[in-house]
Amino acid sequence: MDLLERFLAGDSDAFEGLFRERQGEVYRWIVRIVRDPAAAEDLTVETLWRLYQSRGRLDPVGNCAGWLRRVATNLAIDHLRRARPSDPLSIEPPGRAEPDCAVQQQERAAIRAAVAELPPRLRIVVRLGLIEDEPYATIAESLGISAGAVKLRMFRALRILRKKLEQRGVRP
Amino acid sequence: MNKKSSEKAAGDWLRERLRATEPPADGELRGDLWPRMLERIAEASRGRELRPSPVRVPWFDWALIGLAAAALLFFPALVPALLYHF
Repeated sequence: MDLLERFLAGDSDAFEGLFRERQGEVYRWIVRIVRDPAAAEDLTVETLWRLYQSRGRLDPVGNCAGWLRRVATNLAIDHLRRARPSDPLSIEPPGRAEPDCAVQQQERAAIRAAVAELPPRLRIVVRLGLIEDEPYATIAESLGISAGAVKLRMFRALRILRKKLEQRGVRP
Repeated sequence: MNKKSSEKAAGDWLRERLRATEPPADGELRGDLWPRMLERIAEASRGRELRPSPVRVPWFDWALIGLAAAALLFFPALVPALLYHF
């Protein structure tokens, strides 16, 4: 009997093991979306707290990882909705110590602002699909939509991003 | 260059710029979050202790109350009879 089965069967002690087993995976998923380690930690605890509360309703043979990803994604979207677009990114690009030229800095600021202005449901698709290279099927499962809908969101997000960047004088 | 390939090139350019601006997050957890979850569980159990437990009324009591209310509504003549017994 694995930890999840034991926990769902009413063994509260199994939750500690289950928590420690899943916390890294949940955190990595959330930090890719919110890109803020402190917020990602809070949301990881909240996600696993939802698991603790749902023990009477979960299917022991169901896909626990998928369930956790869906809950984590919903919480991350709520966080993005609440967070102000001007909040600074906590994860800075590597090699930040080297000074960028002014043009590159301007371009990066424009891209960051354009991404921050995207609605959360499009921003999440851009971050997971374009930046993190997550398969569309995984993104679709975590959002509870079809892979076709993810493609459509990606298309719309790219169109909006291109338009916003053109307005800021950034074009390929 | 046709429209499709120019769109693909623009998409690739944007992806490259996005990844340079917001690089993939390979962040690992900085520490164990279990103590925070323990606090959360303790808080919830404290809250449950402080909150008075709601009175549980069996379903058949609700059914009897409903029947009595319906009887009084449809047969108002029962009201004085009931009052007499009280």
